Parts: sequence; C-alpha cells; structure tokens
Amino acid sequence: MTTPFLEARGLEVEFLTRTGHAARALDGVHVSVQRGEILAIVGESGSGKTTLARTLIGLQRPTAGQVLLEGAPLSYSQKGLRALRSRVQMVLQDAAGSLNPRQTVYESVAEGIRLHGRVASDPDGRSEADLVAAALAEAGLRPPERLFLRYPHELSGGQKQRVLIAGALALRPELILADEPVSSLDASIRGEILALLLKLRQDLGMGVVVVTHDLGLAWNIADRIAVMYLGRVVECGTTEEVLSRPRHPYTQALLSVVPEIDFLEPVVLTGEIPDPSRIPGGCRFHPRCPQLVEGIAAEAGVADACRRTSLPVLPADGDHRVACHLDAARVG
Amino acid sequence: MSATSEAPRVTPRQVTRQRRIMGAKRTWASFRRHRSGLFGLGLLTFFLLVAIFAPLLADPESIEVTKATGGVLESPGDYLLGTDENGRSIVALLVWGSRISLFVGILATLISMVIGTLVGLASGFFEGWPARILYRFTEWFLVIPFVPLAIVLATVLGRSLVNIVIVIGITGWASTAMLIRSQTLSIRERPYVERARLLGAGRWHQMSRHVLPNVMPMVFANTTLTVALAILAETTLSFLGLGDPTRVSWGTMLDSAFGVGAMTTGAWWYIVPPGVCVVLVVLAFTLVGQALEEVFNPRLRER
Amino acid sequence: MTGTRTEPLLDLVDVTVTYRTSEGPLPAVRGIDLTVGPGEVVGLAGESGCGKSTLASTVLRLQPSGAAVTGEVNVLGQDVQTIAWGKLRALRWAGASIVFQGALHSLNPVQRIGAQIAEPIRVHEPDLAKDAVARRVEELLEQVGLATSRKRSYPHQLSGGQRQRVMIAMALACRPQLVVADEPTTALDVMVQAQILDLLRDLVRELGVGLLIISHDLSVLADLCDRVAVMYAGRVVESGRAEQVFTDPLHPYTRALSGAFPRIGDPAARYAPAGLAGDPPDPRELPPGCSFEPRCPLAVPECAEAEPPLVEVRPGRPVACIRVGER
Repeated sequence: MTTPFLEARGLEVEFLTRTGHAARALDGVHVSVQRGEILAIVGESGSGKTTLARTLIGLQRPTAGQVLLEGAPLSYSQKGLRALRSRVQMVLQDAAGSLNPRQTVYESVAEGIRLHGRVASDPDGRSEADLVAAALAEAGLRPPERLFLRYPHELSGGQKQRVLIAGALALRPELILADEPVSSLDASIRGEILALLLKLRQDLGMGVVVVTHDLGLAWNIADRIAVMYLGRVVECGTTEEVLSRPRHPYTQALLSVVPEIDFLEPVVLTGEIPDPSRIPGGCRFHPRCPQLVEGIAAEAGVADACRRTSLPVLPADGDHRVACHLDAARVG
Repeated sequence: MSATSEAPRVTPRQVTRQRRIMGAKRTWASFRRHRSGLFGLGLLTFFLLVAIFAPLLADPESIEVTKATGGVLESPGDYLLGTDENGRSIVALLVWGSRISLFVGILATLISMVIGTLVGLASGFFEGWPARILYRFTEWFLVIPFVPLAIVLATVLGRSLVNIVIVIGITGWASTAMLIRSQTLSIRERPYVERARLLGAGRWHQMSRHVLPNVMPMVFANTTLTVALAILAETTLSFLGLGDPTRVSWGTMLDSAFGVGAMTTGAWWYIVPPGVCVVLVVLAFTLVGQALEEVFNPRLRER
Repeated sequence: MTGTRTEPLLDLVDVTVTYRTSEGPLPAVRGIDLTVGPGEVVGLAGESGCGKSTLASTVLRLQPSGAAVTGEVNVLGQDVQTIAWGKLRALRWAGASIVFQGALHSLNPVQRIGAQIAEPIRVHEPDLAKDAVARRVEELLEQVGLATSRKRSYPHQLSGGQRQRVMIAMALACRPQLVVADEPTTALDVMVQAQILDLLRDLVRELGVGLLIISHDLSVLADLCDRVAVMYAGRVVESGRAEQVFTDPLHPYTRALSGAFPRIGDPAARYAPAGLAGDPPDPRELPPGCSFEPRCPLAVPECAEAEPPLVEVRPGRPVACIRVGER
C-alpha cells in the first residue's frame, strides 16, 4: 500500500466537561486517505466525526495518537500548521456563519491567497484578482467578477457554500475536508455542490473527505466510507461493500431507516447515542444493538463478549472491516 | 474558461474603497430614519461650529478679565445674556467655554477609547492568566467611584487642561473595555474567525481583520455616549474647582457663579445658560449615540 | 380528493399571503387550496422561500402583523382569519395546535418541561384541579415516549430528539383535532428522525387527529403521509397520494426533488449526483410565466408566458405544468 496522503493513527481526543468528567469525542481511530480519493466519514451527532475532521486539519490537538501528512507527523507550530493548511483545506459546517459579514466575496476568497503569498509565488505571474476570479470560476460561480463586491447576506445558501469552496480552492490544496457540505442547503441544489466536489477530483486530482450523516451522499460521491459511532469507526470499506452489504448492526440500522432503501426492513433503534463521557463497556453499541436485544447474539454465543469485551480499533486499509463480535463469530 | 464579462477588472484597492463608500452610504441612509438622531446631530453640529468659529463670534479679548468692559453682574440688557462678576459678557464666555468643554470631552474620550479597546480586545481574545489579570484590572477600575478618584488624581497632577483630559481619560476606559471584551468573546467563537485560522491566519490577523472590524460598530456608538459622559465629568471637575484656572469652560462658569452667590442674588443669567449648554450638548451626543446603536445593532443581530 | 363524509378539519380555499415590506409587496403564498380530514396525514413539501411556513402560520392566525391574508383558512369549520378574538383563543390549541420548527428556541429555557406542557392545559381548562393537570402532563409524556420523571427537567438537559417529543406533547395537551407540524424532523439525526416519525404515525392512529406535516424532505413525507402537495414559489405544483407522487412524480420539480436523494444500492447513482441548476426562487423577483421555468429541464418558450394552472392529468393527480399534459 502506498503511503496515504493523510492519515490518522490511534487518534484520541478527550474533553473535560463542565461537571469535570472526561468526554471522549474520539476513542481510538485509524483513518487514511489516499491521493485523489474521496472518503466519507458517516455518523450521527455525538459520533465524533466533526472532531475527527478538525483533528485531521490541526484545529484540534489529539490527546493521544498522531495525524500524518504523507507519512510525516504534523507539527503544531505556526509554521507547521501553515504548511499543512496550504495543502489541506476545510470547509466548515456552518456555511452562513463562516463568511465574515463585513467582508466582500472578493476579500473572503483573497484572504487565503494573501496569507500564503500566492501572488508572489504564482508561476504564471497572475494578479490577486486573477487568482480570486479563477477560484470562484472553478467553484462554479460564473462570471466571477459579478460577485466580487457582494456581501454574504446578499448570497443564497448555495452561493455561500461555493464561495467557501472557492476560498479553499484558492490555495490549491491537495485535499479538502467538507463538514456537512449540503445538509443546510435545499435538496434541489444538493446535486450541484456534490457534482462540483466530484469535478474537483476529476480535474484537479484533489482528494475529498466528506463528513456527513447522509448515507445517500456517500453513495453519490464516495470511494470509501467509514461509519462512526461514539468515537470509534465501527465499519469501513468501499462504499459499494459497506452500503450494499453492511455487516455491523449499527450500519444496518442506519441504512434501514433511510427512506430510499428497499432491501432492508426498517430497524428503528431506541434511545439516542449515549453521552461521550459515559461510553458503555464492552462493545460500545451493545445497549442499543438489536442483535443483542433480540437474542441473536446470545444464540451465536457472543452475548457475553458484547457486554464485556471491548473491540480493537479497526485498521485503515482498504478492506471491508467490521468492529463486531457477532460478525467476527460468523466470519471466523 | 471563464466567460468574458462586461465588468471592468477591479483592483483590490478599488474594491476596498468601493466597499467603504457603499457601507458609509448605507449607514447614513439608516441613520437618517431616526429623527431623534438627526436632531441630536443638528444640535451637535451647531455647537461644533460655535466652538470652531469662536474667534469670529466673540472677540478673544472679551473674555480677558483685565479687558472686561461691562458692569459687574449686569442683567441682560446691553449684553445679550448679561455679564459675570468681572464684567465679561456671558455670551462670549459661553462661546469660548464651548471650546474647552468639547475639546476635553472629545480628547478624553479618545484616550479612554484607545485604552479601553486595547484592554478589552486583549482580555477577550487571549486565554490564560494575562487575559484574566487584565479582566480583573478592568473590573477593579470599573468599581472605583469616579469623583473621589478624579479629585485625587487632579490634585496630584495639578490643575491644568491637559491633566483634566488625562484624569477623565484614565478613569473612563473601563466601561468601554467591558463592552468590547464581551463583544470580542462572542465574535471570537464565530465560524468565520475559525475559518481565518484554517486559512493560515495568526492571532494578530484574526484580531485585526476579523474581530476588531466586527466590534468597531458597537464601539463607535458607545464612544458617542462616552463623550457625553466626559463632558459632564469635565463640568463636574471644573465645578469642584479642579479645572484649569486660566481657562473658561461651562463648568468653571458654574463654579464662579456658585462662588459669587449668583443663586442668592438672583443672577440667573450666570447659572442657567452654562447649565443649559451642558445639558444640550450631552443630549445631542446621547441622541446621536443611541441612534447609532440602533443603526449598528440590527445588522449585528440579523447575522 | 377521496371525499370524507365528515367535514374536513382544515380547509384552505385560495389562500394568499402577501408581506408588506419597505421594497413593496412580497407574495409569499399565491393561491393554495388544501384540505385535511380526521385521521388523515397530509404533507406539504417545498424548499426555502416556497411559502410553506408562512402558510402554516396562517392556520392559527399566527402570521406576522405585516402580512395580508386573503381567501379562507377554515379550521374546524370556522375561518380563523375573520372570527372573533374569543373564538380564536378557544380554537388555538384546543381545536388545532402547531409543533414548531427548531424546538430549542421554542421552549422557555428557564422553565421546567412539566410546567411548560401544563401551561396550555391550565389556560384552556382553568377549573381543572392541580393533580388532574399533573396527571395529564404525565400521561402526555408517556404518550410521546418520555419518562415521567422528565417533567422536572429543563430544556437544555434534554437532547434534540427529546425536546421535539416535548413539543409534540405540548401540541397534544388540549386534545386538538388538528395538528400542524412544521419541519418536525429537521436538524435531527436520521435515527431520531425515524423515531419521531414513528411516534407521529402511532399518535395519528391512536388519537385520530388530522396531521399536516411540512417538510423539505420529500422522502420523509412519502413514508408517513396519505396525501402530499408540493409547493414551489407560493403555489402547489403537484399533489396526490403520497406514494404515487414519490414513486411516479409528474412535475419536473417534483422529479428533481425526489431524485435529489439517490436510491442506495442503485449503481446508476454512483458518482452521479442529480440536482437542479440555479437557486430556489426569490419571492421578490418571480418570473412572469411559470416560476419554475428558469430551472426547468423541460422548459419551452410557452412556459414563460403564463403561470400554468393545476390540471388533473390523471384522476387524483393535479399538476401545474403544460409539458406534463402533453405526455
């Protein structure tokens, strides 16, 4: 396997809650992205997916584990982070709030260019305005000059999202992390933004890591998918594999409630994701696992393991991996 | 490639300039809708013009004690508002006094605004003990009663115009600092500040390019109200006899009036005009400041 | 539609809502006809700016004061826009209630949940004894799947899904016959969304209420509703039985909406996200003819001339599109 472009090894991120308890947003995660690959990190709120994205780009320092860029661990110095961010960029979750309301579109997109001195280092000698126009055009906003002087509140949701993508593109990153890129947008423009991400991979060879709760999104654009629950990856593999033949009970349940699914009976889990400061012992999913509740795990003889034995962290290779005692018993 | 557009190529500087012009136009249009603010602005302009054109409105010599030409405490007759105990025209005193009152008010506010903004930004933006110390320092200053502190400082520094400005400036910065700190705290958490971080911005860039511009509108509105307070403060200090003895201000006029017993002798022309002037100027600044707050606040709220 | 003998709980007749703004009148809703019968679940689908939330607010005369409403908004036989204030108060909550969007902001953060649920009960039944009210609150909490001990909790102590359940409990407090749910599952996780939808389904079945659900998610509506109406730019562009509209959409907009979310497992959807160009229409700048024409893949010059009327191209399937009738 070639060295992945961006990799997370054994990442743990712990927060101290107001009550003094330790909440583990990430509890041991291996994840890797190859050059030009599109990876979807899927999970509900509380799964740790946003924390994972933020840790991958250095906004969050892990309490344990490492993030590696082309095999080299991240340096958290000002210089190191800046070097990282000229190669890896991120589009944050709140598109509307991510643009400074007092800056025009031009200034928002030019910010990165100015911070990294891209005008001086441009091989074709383009001016700042050229670079901004190019970035906006690449993000699908044409003609770009028309938007230079607009303010965020004059833009639609889709346009704001494109401006943010343009701002990230202006730095010519090799990988873009997108946190819920379309969930706050209307359904009818979802397709365009996703098509844009695919086009960026196609035309610029850019990799994309998409963090989302929307399995359909993963089906639309992702090569590989990692399903997260309560700070761990519980299933990962190629999108076709994981979404057509899910093996983890949580993945199966998640898929089953997607209205567009016809090959699975809806399994509505009871309760909600537990507090990350009180992660259940054994398999972290066991209190809500339908297989355990309905006795199927007991029949397979793994019920005790489900309750008591914790599972190892899944490796981040390309194979279809599952963190489940029942699955291990069936396969093994 | 991108379609050829009719829009001319725009340089970054043109962009910034255009943005500023459009922003100012919008602010003015919004301000214009507040009638009270316009009234206050009118009053303010009047007093500013009086202060600026003082030499044209009243002969500089007319306020010199040795050159006074009127009788002692004459009631209004030959002189529009009568004379003071030295025979100087009250109108002339008011006109020249406006310079001092406004000058002190504005300059002192500038000082307290600069100190307050720096301290507020720093204590709001940074983490750790330096920020905490600044915060405690601000709180401490806020709690100290103004008049006793001003009296002590003025007595220590001596009675001069500059010292009055300094005294008011360094006793008044704390409330500005608190306001800016709370604004900074909330803006610091906004996604666009984090985006700047993501793009590679250091702390200085985040503060100056993102936090400060979004804090400034509120500061601007608050400043106008602070000038009103500064003018009142100057009047108070002068009235208490701490003002510059060589200059005339509305406060010193009130002090002198009190000193010669104008109340008991019924020389209302000595007391009422300076008092009314102070009230009107303070009112003007307050109305403008309140209107500005309303102009800037809804925009902040709708985000 | 499928005529019920009983009078409909909600009967909207040519309702329009126009906002008075400083830039001129803004037509948010432009002529809607809709009915909801007892035990029926009707869905209203549409994206931002289509006017669905504005329409929901008219049901209990909660539209903003700058909004002018024409047409009839008949709730339980009375036009809420014109009836006397006293009758409106009696109708609000006891006749029809609303489950609002964004539960976190609709709940009072400094009041316990139990007290908030009890409030409408006490307003409508002031003579009810304290312990009777308390028992009703507990009954409601159980109905929505919350532990009765939760009545002592504050909103911030509950998760998003639990808060939404509280909103539903509040809406049912005075035993209304009609419930309007405005985006009840937006901003919730998929699993919690499924739970809430199941809950709504059960409640409709048990209590026989009429439910009007408003959502931008067509698939949510397809599962839960008997009938669905799709709104675009203030008008209904298609309606009919829910599964039919979802599996066999006729209007090009409905087709785009239902195709926006792919069928997982369908190889054709791999690396092929489907969507519409352009943005949802701005009510201030509506085109002269069909409001969907700028984004429509089937548009022809005639489309820009006049707004197409709703025509039943098949029995029970009114569609507002001149291209559909041709096929």
